[in-house]
Amino acid sequence: MTRLTLEKIRKSYGTVEALRDIDLTIEPGEFVVFVGPSGCGKSTLLRVIAGLEEITGGDLSFDGTRVNDLTPAQRGVAMVFQSYALYPHMTVYENMAFGLKLAKTARETVREKVEAAAETLQLTPLLSRLPRQLSGGQRQRVAIGRAIVRDPRVFLFDEPLSNLDAALRVRTRIEIAALHERMAGTTMIYVTHDQVEAMTLADRIVVLRDGRVEQVGAPMELYERPANTFVAQFIGSPSMNLMPAQAGAEGLAAPGCAPVPPPVPLPASVPDLTLGVRPEALRLAEPDEPAFHEGRATLVEKLGETQLVHFEPAGPGSSLIAKLPGGLPARRGETFRLAVDPADLRLFGPDGKALAA
Amino acid sequence: MTYVKRIGFWALVAAIVLFSVFPFYYAVLTSLESGSGIFTVSYWPEVFDLANYASVMTQGEFPRNFLNSVGVAVAVTLLSLCLAVTAAYALSRVPFRGRGLLLLTVLSVSMFPQIAVLAGLFEMVRAFGLYNTLGSLILSYMIFTLPFTVWVLTTFMRDMPAELEEAAIVDGATPLQIVTRVFLPLLWPALVTTGLLAFIQAWNEFLFALTFVASNDTRTVPVAIALISGSSGKEVPWGEIMAASVIVTLPLVALVLIFQRRIVAGLTAGGVKG
Repeated sequence: MTRLTLEKIRKSYGTVEALRDIDLTIEPGEFVVFVGPSGCGKSTLLRVIAGLEEITGGDLSFDGTRVNDLTPAQRGVAMVFQSYALYPHMTVYENMAFGLKLAKTARETVREKVEAAAETLQLTPLLSRLPRQLSGGQRQRVAIGRAIVRDPRVFLFDEPLSNLDAALRVRTRIEIAALHERMAGTTMIYVTHDQVEAMTLADRIVVLRDGRVEQVGAPMELYERPANTFVAQFIGSPSMNLMPAQAGAEGLAAPGCAPVPPPVPLPASVPDLTLGVRPEALRLAEPDEPAFHEGRATLVEKLGETQLVHFEPAGPGSSLIAKLPGGLPARRGETFRLAVDPADLRLFGPDGKALAA
Repeated sequence: MTYVKRIGFWALVAAIVLFSVFPFYYAVLTSLESGSGIFTVSYWPEVFDLANYASVMTQGEFPRNFLNSVGVAVAVTLLSLCLAVTAAYALSRVPFRGRGLLLLTVLSVSMFPQIAVLAGLFEMVRAFGLYNTLGSLILSYMIFTLPFTVWVLTTFMRDMPAELEEAAIVDGATPLQIVTRVFLPLLWPALVTTGLLAFIQAWNEFLFALTFVASNDTRTVPVAIALISGSSGKEVPWGEIMAASVIVTLPLVALVLIFQRRIVAGLTAGGVKG
């Protein structure tokens, strides 16, 4: 049970600022996911917490103790690397036992722990194999096993699924979720650029951009109440439709769309607003219902249970994607009347920040 | 057409083999002959006489010289590898200012011809009190073995994935443990290859061995062979010289055969990521 506190954490490489004043508290036993586009600093932040990168400024504490100057082993972290980084010349058993041996653990204890970990990860028959004789998924499990046996205070994952194929990725994701259940007391931090992994695994998600924290919150909180346009577009697939909008007498007007009542009370006249609506919030309008948007589909992507219908506005306006039920016989070139529940609209100010209700 | 190609290919192979093996073959041939038989040119073994070998091994200090050579070459190889591995770790893994310059400096040391450094080195050997000891040879041979071993091992270590080292750091390994328990087992082919080349260089070296060592019982083999002389100044004992040369070549042949597969792996492994 370890609480991590990050206070004004900065990391710079020469003149390049990789992390800027990160403030974050991670609760004991929490599963936190760092997401963001590549180059946003999520891996750097993880490596700073691990102790693989020196901290330029600020304080990192585990349970109130400053750990800035401790080595990874002294901090008690374990890490699963993207490439697994198994020792190629050691068997699965030796790979998992290496850390314990270095810590001068008694031989019987090492054996017990490795065998217990191998049992839970279904690696027992593979213990005497070398990494090159294992499949990608098995290597992944060995990497996780190597971390488990050390009973870490903080468990770190650096994009552990990105080298696996799609089917295996889903399965391993579920295994990691199960692992978190089993090791309920261990704080886990997971880095990914895949928002599906973030949504499914996290207790809380930290969205990063350009070395800054954009928003921290539970997955559904981020999905439903994104703090700004960046988070709105990053969380959810396909991403939220954003349209420039003006507040006027009839309500909010986005080009190409019917005016809608603003979801939040607005001061008199605010220019340069951004109206956001999730593709899944758009639906076909009832015959007697006024349409929010009427347009010709320029592209239809059938996904099975749903389909993505793309609209390019004829005149000025922005393109739009609607996620409609898969059973609908939609075709390219057809005209659709779309409606939206006003409660599903999100409004962002000129600075991109959400205007709260 | 394919016949011509194939015949041409094998003819070329035969020419190359003949070119590289013939001198050694002729040395073996000569060493087995005796008396005036040596001076008649023949390309096939006619007599099988081990007398030359017996006289080389029993007369004079040759066995002692042989052991000296083994000692010097082994010491040079082991010392070079130890120093080079630790240096390579720093040069490939630890970022510090002037790293590239340092690497170039290391390389530039090997550019000077031996004869250019001989006088200065002689003074150094004297100052250290190493004159006429095997230590002088071990010290001076590292001048040409170290730049080479450092460079090759640095290249190999640079190719090791960074995450491997980081995994070891997270596992609690110290830099020395990373080198000995993670990198060294993976560097085996490179170690064998560079070690063998260092050994051969130290084994064959002549000029330093001639200069820094003066007495018979501290001499190494290349010099000893050159100084083998007959009963009179006019007689060159070719048979014994050739026997000694063959004896000296055998350890190298044996080493290369033993480590053959490792060498091939080492020479090619650098380019492909494992």
